[in-house]
Amino acid sequence: MNDVIIKTEKLHKVYILGKTRVHALRGIDLQVNRGDYVAIMGPSGSGKSTLMNILGCLDVPTAGRYWLNGKDVSGLSDDELARIRNKEIGFVFQTFNLLPRMSALHNVELPLIYNGTPASRRREIAMEALEQVGLADRAHHKPNELSGGQRQRVAIARALVNHPAMILADEPTGNLDSKTGAEIMNIFDGLNERGNTIILVTHEDFIARHARRIIHLRDGKIESEEIPQQVMEP
Amino acid sequence: MKRLAQLQEYLRFALDSLRTNKVRSALTTLGIFLGVTAIIVIFTAIQSINRYVEGEFSGIGSTTLYLSKFPWVITGNYWELRNRPEVTLDEYKKLKKMVHLARWMSPQLEAVRTIQYHNKYLEQVLTLGCNEQYVYTGNAETSLGRFFTEMEVYRAHPVAVIGQTVREELFGRENPLGKRIKINGHSHRVIGVLKKMGNFFGFNMDNRVIIPYTTFRGISFHRRGITVAFRVEDAAQLDDLREEIRGAMRRIRKIPPGKPDNFAINQQSMLTDFYRKLTGTSYLIVFIIAAVSLVVGGIGIMNIMLVSVTERTREIGIRKAVGATRNQILLQFLSESVAISSLGGILGVVVGVLLAQVLLQAIKLSAAVSPATILIGFGFSTLVGIVSGIYPAGKAARLNPIDALRYE
Repeated sequence: MNDVIIKTEKLHKVYILGKTRVHALRGIDLQVNRGDYVAIMGPSGSGKSTLMNILGCLDVPTAGRYWLNGKDVSGLSDDELARIRNKEIGFVFQTFNLLPRMSALHNVELPLIYNGTPASRRREIAMEALEQVGLADRAHHKPNELSGGQRQRVAIARALVNHPAMILADEPTGNLDSKTGAEIMNIFDGLNERGNTIILVTHEDFIARHARRIIHLRDGKIESEEIPQQVMEP
Repeated sequence: MKRLAQLQEYLRFALDSLRTNKVRSALTTLGIFLGVTAIIVIFTAIQSINRYVEGEFSGIGSTTLYLSKFPWVITGNYWELRNRPEVTLDEYKKLKKMVHLARWMSPQLEAVRTIQYHNKYLEQVLTLGCNEQYVYTGNAETSLGRFFTEMEVYRAHPVAVIGQTVREELFGRENPLGKRIKINGHSHRVIGVLKKMGNFFGFNMDNRVIIPYTTFRGISFHRRGITVAFRVEDAAQLDDLREEIRGAMRRIRKIPPGKPDNFAINQQSMLTDFYRKLTGTSYLIVFIIAAVSLVVGGIGIMNIMLVSVTERTREIGIRKAVGATRNQILLQFLSESVAISSLGGILGVVVGVLLAQVLLQAIKLSAAVSPATILIGFGFSTLVGIVSGIYPAGKAARLNPIDALRYE
C-alpha cells in the first residue's frame, strides 16, 4: 500500500484549437495522500476540468509526470488508462451519467463487468455498494424511476464498487437542490471517514468546505491552498 | 472462460439494445432475412431437383454403355454429327463377335406404334426390339410370365413382353399371358409383363412393348439407326469395354488412324456430368443474387449501427469512464450488429426451410434441406453482421471518453 495516492510534477496541458494554442495547465505540482479529502476550486477557464480529466486518467498531460497510487500514468495508452480508471478511480459526475436502460444494480455492476468479475460475484458486490449508499431497496429501478439524489447515490455506489484508490467527484451536487446536495455531501463525508480518498471539483464554497484541503486554481496554476474551518451543516 | 463470460455480457447488452429499438431492428434485419430466405429456398430447391434428377439418371444404369449415332450431350457441330452413318444391325452382329468384355449385350430398335387387342387400341406405345439379354442391359425384369429366350430371338418368334400401362389399358383385369396383340397389324403372343418402372423425367416407362429384334422388321418400314447396349458387372471395367467397342467399330467401319470416330459411346456419367455443369452455373447465379441482397442488408446494418453509435456517444463515454477498453467497446457494438443480422439469419433459415417444403411439395418433390445449406445461411448472416459492424464499432471504440461524456 502506498500512502501517496496522487503525485504530480509540473503538469502541463496545451490544447491546439486551430491555430491558437491554449495553455490549460501551466505546471501543477500536487500531492494527495491516502484518506485525503481535497476540493479543487476555481473560476471557469482556470483549468480545473482539465486537471480533473488528467487526474481521472481520461486524458494525458502534454508535459510533466503523474503518479497514481505509485504508478507513473503520464504516458499510458488508451487501453492502459481504461484499466487504471476501472481499478483506481471512481467517478461521480454532475449529470450522474447512468445508463438509462439499465437498472440501478446493473449500472453499479458496470465497472465489474469490464474487469471480468463473474456474474454471481458481481451482483453481490454491487448490492453491497448500493447498501452503502442506502439504496438497496431501489436496486431494480431504472434511473428514470429514481429521484436526482437517488441517481447520484447510484453513481456513488458505482464509483465505490471496485474499491478505487480515489473517488473523483465533478460538481456532484450541481444538478441537485441544496437539501439533496447536502445529503450527497454527507455520503461523501461518511466515505472519507471510512478511509476513502476523495477529490471534489466544485465552484461552490460551502460544498468545498466539506473537504479538508481546498486547492484554488487560476489560469492553469495552483493559486493557493487552504485548510477550511470545521464545516457547519447548512 | 473469462472471455466467454464477457461475450455473454456483450450479447446481453446487444439484446437489450435490440429490444429498445424493436421496429428499427426489425426493419434493419429485413434485408438479411430476405437474403437468407432466398438462399435457403433456392439452395434447397436446387438440391432437391438434383437429387430427383440423379435418381432418374441412376435408372440408366452406371455399368452400361450405349453405342449410337449421336452422343447424348452434343457439344460439337450438329450437322457434322447428322451426316454420320447410322449404327446398323449388321454392325451389331459383327460387334457381337468382336466385343468380349461385355457381360451382356443387346441391340435396341425403337418405334412408336399403336397396339391392338381385340377391339381395344392403345396409341403411341414405345415398341422396342432387342434380344434376350435386354433383361440385363435394360433392367427389364418381369413381374408376370417371362422374358423371351435366345432361341425365340433366333427363330424370330412373334412374342411380346408388355409394360404395366399396356396391360392395364388393354387387358384390365384379364390375364394377358398367351393372348395375342397386334403391333402395326402383326400378331404377337404376350409371354410376360414387365415390373412397374415408373416415370423417367415424366416419360411413362411402362407404356412399352418389347419384342425380339428379329421380328421388328415387320413393324418398322424404314431402316432407322439402332442403339447397342453393352453391360459389364463392375463399373471399373467400363473404360476397357469402351475402348474395345471403339476399336471394333473403327475396324468395322474401316476408319483410318487419325480420323475421328463417327459414332458415339454414351454412358450415364455423361448426363450427370453435363447436368452438374449446368446446375453449377445456376448455383453461381443464385449465389450472386443472394450475395447482392446480403450486401444490401449489410449496408443497412452499417447505416443503423452508425446512427446508433452517434446516438449512444454518451453511453460510450460512460462505459469508457468506468474502464471499458477499446476492444470491449468494439466487441459490444460488433455483438450488436451480429445479433441483428443473425436474428435475420435465424428467421431466414426457419422461413426458408418451411417455404422450400411448401414450394417443393407443390411440384411433388421431397425437400432435401441439407445441414450445409442451413450453415451457409447462418454463416453468411453472421459474416455480414461482422463485416458491416466493424466500421461503426471501430468508430465507437476510438471515441475520446472526454468528448463522449460531454456529448449531448
